Amino acid sequence: MRGFYSRKIHSLLGVIPLGFFFLEHMLTNFSAVEGGASGFIDSVLWLNSLPLVFFLELFGIWLPLLYHGVYGLYIAYQSKPNLNRYNLERNWRYTLQRISGVITFVFVVWHVFETRFQVALGNVEHEELGGVMHNIVSQPLLLTVYVIGIVAACFHFANGLWSFLISWGITVGPRAQRVSSILCLGLFVIVTFMFLLSLVTFRDDEFQALSTALTSLRSVG
Amino acid sequence: MAETAAAPKTVKFIITRQDNPESASYTEEFELAYRPGMNVISALMEIQRNPVNAKGDGTVPVCWESNCLEEVCGACSMVINGKPRQACAALIDQLEQPVRVEPMKTFPVVRDLVIDRTRMFNALKRVKAWIPIDGTYDLGPGPRMAEKKRQWAYELSKCMTCGVCLEACPNVNEKTDFIGPAAISQVRLFNAHPTGEMNADDRLEALMQDGGIDGCGNSQNCVRACPKGIPLTTSIAEINKQTTKHMFKRWLGV
Repeated sequence: MRGFYSRKIHSLLGVIPLGFFFLEHMLTNFSAVEGGASGFIDSVLWLNSLPLVFFLELFGIWLPLLYHGVYGLYIAYQSKPNLNRYNLERNWRYTLQRISGVITFVFVVWHVFETRFQVALGNVEHEELGGVMHNIVSQPLLLTVYVIGIVAACFHFANGLWSFLISWGITVGPRAQRVSSILCLGLFVIVTFMFLLSLVTFRDDEFQALSTALTSLRSVG
Repeated sequence: MAETAAAPKTVKFIITRQDNPESASYTEEFELAYRPGMNVISALMEIQRNPVNAKGDGTVPVCWESNCLEEVCGACSMVINGKPRQACAALIDQLEQPVRVEPMKTFPVVRDLVIDRTRMFNALKRVKAWIPIDGTYDLGPGPRMAEKKRQWAYELSKCMTCGVCLEACPNVNEKTDFIGPAAISQVRLFNAHPTGEMNADDRLEALMQDGGIDGCGNSQNCVRACPKGIPLTTSIAEINKQTTKHMFKRWLGV
């Protein structure tokens, strides 16, 4: 019974709250595309002005992320991919779901360390996060790492949603699973596009101004 | 197709062998005369009749299991050219040569191509894949089954416990205790039966235990591999639905 519930919780947390936070994060980032540096700061400040924001973060992000990530690593460890025998689309997605999960886990740990963790340490203010991102994505190597991490996270989110629908018995028949595949593929494309567009926007010089105060942080990052 | 060839045609086999459950496996090559319509079983019978390997050395005949020879018993499942399937239905004319034959190593290998599928039968016991109709008195006829339902349920009843879906599943391995697709589909079959339905919750509970339905990772190889074309992934999703409903019902005490 433990296995059943722990897997169900893993599946649920991946969508609620993590999937929702993922989309929220995408919209916050996208405000940099729409409103520039000031628009991005407004979005960040709005998010942090939510009531009980500490608890929202704790129960809506940190704890679910920890559980989903650690249990997910265990699921990935338990799999024995057999693409050599079954070179099939669904089997590819099964394998990529596990690979992208591990990549996303490492990426998210690093990303949180550079942003939210530095805020918690008092090295950075929320207003300066755009500048932190500017410093990161201005370096080609780190930009590449970010692109890989983002694509992996977007795939894991979209494909995870597809298997969530099966695991909870929502899409049962082959037709429902095929239609949801297409919808999730569309979601993957949109989400990836929006995240990457925001990422490239952080390269704009207007975010540079924000980073001037952050020279001290470079030694940390 | 030309009926006669100038030189006598031969068929090459590379067979993975193992002397006992504990010993290491090794491969042995065989070269047999081609006969029209031959399949992997008839080739193995030929090796049994004349146990000489490709080098011309005498060897111990290859062990295998087979029974019905018409793809309904599931006994002769083995990995042929990388794909688990029934040897009796594996026609040489349709296979690439050399034909590689291995045991389905997801299961304990007894000897050569003979494997022990006990775990599958234990799984059927675990999920109570039967309909209890015995009583201390005549219980009378059960409720009737709608013809439409009978038609799709019949498809599920074609399962011959051959083990191909377990061999194809990346989540059935030594690191997990996942029950595998076959037993899950049988739960759907017996839960769909008007009399079997009366014990539906017992079967769902069994699949909610460790090693149950939560082991599925949606690679969906099983449905592509099943020699009987059983809609295994539909069964798994349907049982996902039933177990999820059962979980909430239990919580709410309905």
